Amino acid sequence: MRLFQSRDLQLSQQSSVWIIPHERKMAFTFAAFCYMLALLLTAALIFFAIWHIIAFDELKTDYKNPIDQCNTLNPLVLPEYLIHVFFCVMFLCATEWLTLGLNMPLLAYHIWRYMSRPVMSGPGLYDPTTIMNADILAYCQKEGWCKLAFYLLSFFYYLYGMIYVLVSS
Amino acid sequence: FSLYVILHSSTTTGSASPVPNSYESVEGGGYSGTSLQASLRHLHPYSQPFPSLSELSSALGGLGGVSELEAETLRPVNLLQERNILPPKHAPPPEPNLSNDLRKVNCSPDTFRCTLTNIPQTQALLNKARLPLGLLLHPFRDLTQLPVITSNTIVRCRSCRTYINPFVSFLDQRRWKCNLCYRVNDVPDEFMYNPVTRSYGEPHKRPEVQNSTVEFIASSDYMLRPPQPAVYLFVLDVSHNAVESGYLNVFCQSLLDNLEKLPGDTRTRIGFVTFDSTVHFYNLQEGLSQPQMLLVSDIDDVFIPTHDNLLVNLKESKELVKDLLNALPGMFTHTRETQSALGPALQAAYKLMCPTGGRVSVFQTQLPTLGAGLLQSREDPNLRSSTKNVQHLGPATDFYKKLALDCSGQQIGVDLFLLSSQYSDLASLACVSKYSAGSVFYYPSFHHVHNTAQSQKFQKDLQRYLTRKIGFEAVMRIRCTKGLSIHTFHGNFFVRSTDLLSLANVNPDSGFAVQMSIEESLADTSLACFQAALLYTSSKGKRRIRVHTLCLPVVSQLSEVFAGADIQAITCLLANMAIDRSISSSLSDARDALVNAVVDCLTAYRANGSNIQPSGLITPAALRLFPLYVLALLKQKALRTGTSTRLDERVFSMCELKSQPLLQIMRMAHPDLYRIDNMTEQAALHLNDSVIPQPPLLQLTAEKLTREGAFLMDCGSVMFLWVGKCCNETFIRDVLGYPNYASLPSNMTEIPELQTMYSERTRAFISWLLESRTFHPAFHVIKDDTSAKTSFFQHLVEDRTESAFSYYEFLLHIQQQMSK
Repeated sequence: MRLFQSRDLQLSQQSSVWIIPHERKMAFTFAAFCYMLALLLTAALIFFAIWHIIAFDELKTDYKNPIDQCNTLNPLVLPEYLIHVFFCVMFLCATEWLTLGLNMPLLAYHIWRYMSRPVMSGPGLYDPTTIMNADILAYCQKEGWCKLAFYLLSFFYYLYGMIYVLVSS
Repeated sequence: FSLYVILHSSTTTGSASPVPNSYESVEGGGYSGTSLQASLRHLHPYSQPFPSLSELSSALGGLGGVSELEAETLRPVNLLQERNILPPKHAPPPEPNLSNDLRKVNCSPDTFRCTLTNIPQTQALLNKARLPLGLLLHPFRDLTQLPVITSNTIVRCRSCRTYINPFVSFLDQRRWKCNLCYRVNDVPDEFMYNPVTRSYGEPHKRPEVQNSTVEFIASSDYMLRPPQPAVYLFVLDVSHNAVESGYLNVFCQSLLDNLEKLPGDTRTRIGFVTFDSTVHFYNLQEGLSQPQMLLVSDIDDVFIPTHDNLLVNLKESKELVKDLLNALPGMFTHTRETQSALGPALQAAYKLMCPTGGRVSVFQTQLPTLGAGLLQSREDPNLRSSTKNVQHLGPATDFYKKLALDCSGQQIGVDLFLLSSQYSDLASLACVSKYSAGSVFYYPSFHHVHNTAQSQKFQKDLQRYLTRKIGFEAVMRIRCTKGLSIHTFHGNFFVRSTDLLSLANVNPDSGFAVQMSIEESLADTSLACFQAALLYTSSKGKRRIRVHTLCLPVVSQLSEVFAGADIQAITCLLANMAIDRSISSSLSDARDALVNAVVDCLTAYRANGSNIQPSGLITPAALRLFPLYVLALLKQKALRTGTSTRLDERVFSMCELKSQPLLQIMRMAHPDLYRIDNMTEQAALHLNDSVIPQPPLLQLTAEKLTREGAFLMDCGSVMFLWVGKCCNETFIRDVLGYPNYASLPSNMTEIPELQTMYSERTRAFISWLLESRTFHPAFHVIKDDTSAKTSFFQHLVEDRTESAFSYYEFLLHIQQQMSK
């Protein structure tokens, strides 16, 4: 399989200057740049998801008390959501509609979750007085695992997407 | 033997038979039947009690091997046909089906009660029954008899840390098997010696193994710090509103009277903080000639003006404290301050109490309007009788919740007394007590002159509040047999981990509820045990552990699960669950869930039981009061819609339902109604040379009221005496002290002590009702034609109102839902 069209090669051989068309160069860097950034940020999101899973497990096994645990978990919630919003916006600018469509459900879920959080003066989702309720604890654990699975799949999807974009330009 | 004959004849004409026309004889008093279960217990198991019951046993022969007691609780009752299902006396709680020795040592049902006295073996069986599984506890209840163990070693299981209890099994003299995790443990040497009988080698005779409620003296292993002294801080609102209402006089007088009786020892400390738009502290140092007031006006950053002498030793500074209490009401009579800085005052109280922990009692008379934690008026008076969702049942800000969590961490319990006449956002304020294990008291429209009933109630409540037993820096752990697990807790405390509850203060008047689920099958065990252990510091600085253990049989048949249902416990647990649901989702969801609970349970019974009649609404006898109690809950202030209810009163009703012990909740939900103008001595109790008449319980419907009578309704925290228009004049004269009906005042709040026999008998009956109670109810005498009678009639739950079903309509509604 040839990487470059023969026309370009001929052009270069004639002029001995490597000329690549301008608009193709922009599409190449911006979408691939988006995917690369998304790849790095998804690694951070995976880290957050694993932190959540460990934190809820610590709560369940009585290793830590709910007040301290909520004070560590609550500041991490908004950064996670904002990172996700950030690369949704990036994909919007890069006109990657399929990727954006796949991230829409998670965005809607984040918005719903934050809207229905308990009354709190600071940022966050977790209330130390209700978090030890077994139903809520089980829900948060499940949420942690599902998000980990989603972020892992997205990681590999962005990896594939980045290579695809790099290759198909 | 002749006594049994009387019992038989009265009970056969009583509630046992489903024929309605025998009940007309019940009306008019003199009925002396006891409940059927109680009479069966007294009878020899092999005697033939009633011809009808043996026929019934053979009819239900398909159930195979069922005991007589079970046959009675499973007797099908057609609710649409039986008009009078209320037993004439309160039925005792159902007894679990255990052997006699286990039954004798089992925990008292007043302390520990389970919704199902026969535990289903698997979660699938529990789901089939459609009944909630949970426990109702009253662990720190005032007890007359409490074995206290002073032993060097407290014997506990090595793996699950359960305390040794009457339901463990001794494999031989030296080893015992835990009944919760089945681990085999060794018996320590000290345990082999029995100090009570002075014998050696009989560990199963020791008091820990003979009593299911014991108290251990805890060693220093159970202390995180040296036991704290009793520390009491009173935070008082002294704004213009507060002084107008006059509560300060009542409080100061009450505290002066009870200063000696505050629980504690020589280390007891006391302090006072007052606030309006600024916070005031009082220097009570021993040696000062009079108390010194220190004012902090910077409410955005409240600081403590001096380090000591704000919380002083009660014994040493007693004279100064008395001077302060005498002077306090007068100090603020001319105040013009209308703002209330409650948040800063609470922050100051927290800072003061941080080093030691203790109890803070907050008295508030209006919405906090200044400083941190200020609240807005959220109630819309036009929406009070809305049939749609009720808004603002949850807190507006988490300031009070965060403060409560901080206080809980420092072992400070906060009790709230709200004495306001306008909206004060109790939904937000109550959080400060809910999570710090405090109590909430509410006196709507309190005024010392215009509302003497509330004023008297406040005084009596304060007396009990100041003198009742108290435990500090407490934690409670509830353990269950392997296979059962607890998933939700209800009550005023902070859940510190999956089964550990942190209670900054523990008092004898709070109840708790927990919901359980069955994680693994209980097939290989025949007994399920539950243990509640409460570790606390007594007011005298001794560290104690109070342990209660309950044992219940495990069953594998659905019919046995229904036979062992404890309807009062089920109602209370459902009330707790409904309140949680109404705060987290909505009130209408909670109401629907309650109705669905009844529908599902009765459908499950019909689908799985041997149904004799396909028409009508059939329930087992154990559950025959279920629809009635659920209807009563739906008409409670906490959960009702369509009737004008103030938001604060609704929220307070919710707080009560979640924190009161079971008996009080049942009286609130389904009050007791008695006719007292014609009480006779038949079947009266004879106690201590006084004769206490026992009138029968009446159903809560206007049908049972009559103009010629006087009726007493016991609602737990309030009692009504309704006097009919044509009530006989002897009663009005001899008991109430007025010549005729027309001269009765409209705001009578107590029965005078007259020397007539009628009066003595009535007062004996009312005192007997009040005996088992710790807080005295407010008492109102209501005439038939005053506006106050609506408060009496709203408790008649079986009647139709413009927004709610009557009992019969509710049954039809359930039947209709069941056939969908």
